[in-house]
Amino acid sequence: MAKITFITSDHETITVEGTSGSVMQLAVKNNIQGIDGDCGGVCSCATCHVHVPTEFQDKTGKASEIEKDMLEFEDNANESSRLSCQLDISEALDGIVLHIAN
Amino acid sequence: MKKSAIPDPFEQTRLEKGVGEMNEQNDPIVMVLRHKDVRRCAHKWQTFQSGAQPGRIVIPSEVAIRDTRQIPFELDPPQHGAYRTLVEAWFKRPLQEAYQAQLSQQINAIVDEALSRDQVEVVSEFSLPLQSRALTLLLNIPYSEAATWISWGTHVFRSEDDPLDKSKANILYDYIDRQIDQAIKNPGEDLYSVLLNSEIEGHKLNREEVKGVMILTFAGGRDTVINAVTNSIAYFADHPESLELIRKQPDITGKAVEELIRYFAPLTHMGRVATQDTQVCEHAVKADSRISLCWASANRDASVFENPNEVILDRKINPHVSFGFSHHNCLGATHARQILKTLLQVLAQKVQSIDLLATEDNIEEWGNFKRKVGYHQINVHFNAK
Ligand code: HEM
Ligand code: FES
Repeated sequence: MAKITFITSDHETITVEGTSGSVMQLAVKNNIQGIDGDCGGVCSCATCHVHVPTEFQDKTGKASEIEKDMLEFEDNANESSRLSCQLDISEALDGIVLHIAN
Repeated sequence: MKKSAIPDPFEQTRLEKGVGEMNEQNDPIVMVLRHKDVRRCAHKWQTFQSGAQPGRIVIPSEVAIRDTRQIPFELDPPQHGAYRTLVEAWFKRPLQEAYQAQLSQQINAIVDEALSRDQVEVVSEFSLPLQSRALTLLLNIPYSEAATWISWGTHVFRSEDDPLDKSKANILYDYIDRQIDQAIKNPGEDLYSVLLNSEIEGHKLNREEVKGVMILTFAGGRDTVINAVTNSIAYFADHPESLELIRKQPDITGKAVEELIRYFAPLTHMGRVATQDTQVCEHAVKADSRISLCWASANRDASVFENPNEVILDRKINPHVSFGFSHHNCLGATHARQILKTLLQVLAQKVQSIDLLATEDNIEEWGNFKRKVGYHQINVHFNAK
């Protein structure tokens, strides 16, 4: 079980709980604004873009090369960007706060 | 090689040079072949524009047969974004439960009918009706209208041998004119009426703009969906074990759809016009000349996809560009994905296997490249579960 907090681009804060799947799937299931997950999580649409605050970055690990290449062309992308479909939910993510990019 | 295979004709040139060349209506094209370059060029709208003369970024060029600008497709930012925002929510309707239920009903009916027959010619008797009926949902118009579109056959909108033949394209343009007239007289809840009623930067969309959106919706969503559906049937006919896999692991259906779309790349490439002298892969591109973003080639780039010429239904990382890339990415993708997802679910549920009886490939010619994009005809027999 992991508690995950999303902060939308309208500054709304929503905390939800998940046990399995990806962070993108959890966000879509909870209708979190700004996470669409168009491609279902295969790293081809970037409609699941989030920013991970520095203090939580060791929880998420680093983006793969393919994920980085995808983010390179995204508006609002920076060092803290991740595609949330590439973040698997586990205990390790408990308490994390994610800022939705779009 | 299996009959359902879609070979990659671009591999050698992609590796050796990165770009291919072709000429068409005396307006040559530099074809961009590598995944990274395709994405980069798609992103750089300042250098590679869509808002050129209407019809010019389409290959073969439609400059000689069309004056109406397709919207939002033949616009660049920031104008593009303003128009796209207008229609974006509408094109997300396939995510609604009621829409999905109706689509499922339609596809179940088509598969039931196919199962009841000895032989089915998939392109004209399965994919075309499926695509046409599904489009009534996207436009939110009566189901009965699909009969008209089916009656046009598969070779409408463009003369196969003569890209300068206006008469084919006019069937669609005249039809849309009549539909717009009707929507003006009797406004409803359909896409025509919604567009006629929407405002951009303080003015109501004018008739030509509405027509531009509608032409694009019809033309962009027809052959692409027909090829995706037909190629899926051919693939499952050749790979009964894949149907079994989806039956056993329904969770992979979403990934399977992405992988089939990657492999098929139903739209081979799309053009742009250079706004300045520039280069791609050290190849000079002159201002006011054309390039094409070759989605089909990028999808087989071995530097991004492991075993690119194999269909791996549960491929986990799949940054394919079959729906384009960056701001012009396909508006119809939600609808197309929902169609394929439903098709796979219904096939897995009702069909044990499919016998391939006869096939005639549809091979496009782009300069020296010959690419199979689908089938002219394919006869099959469906076996029930
Ligand atoms: C499997 C089916 C489909 C494929 C492979 C496909 C492919 C594409 C591609 C590659 C683009 C990008 C073009 C560019 O960058 O210039 C695109 C754009 C577009 N497609 Fe699709 N398409 C499909 C289905 C549909 C459907 C069903 C519709 C609507 C009925 C549709 C409507 C559009 C529109 C409106 C655009 C332009 C978006 C823009 O310019 O912002 N497509 N499509
Ligand atoms: S859901 Fe498409 S890239 Fe993450």
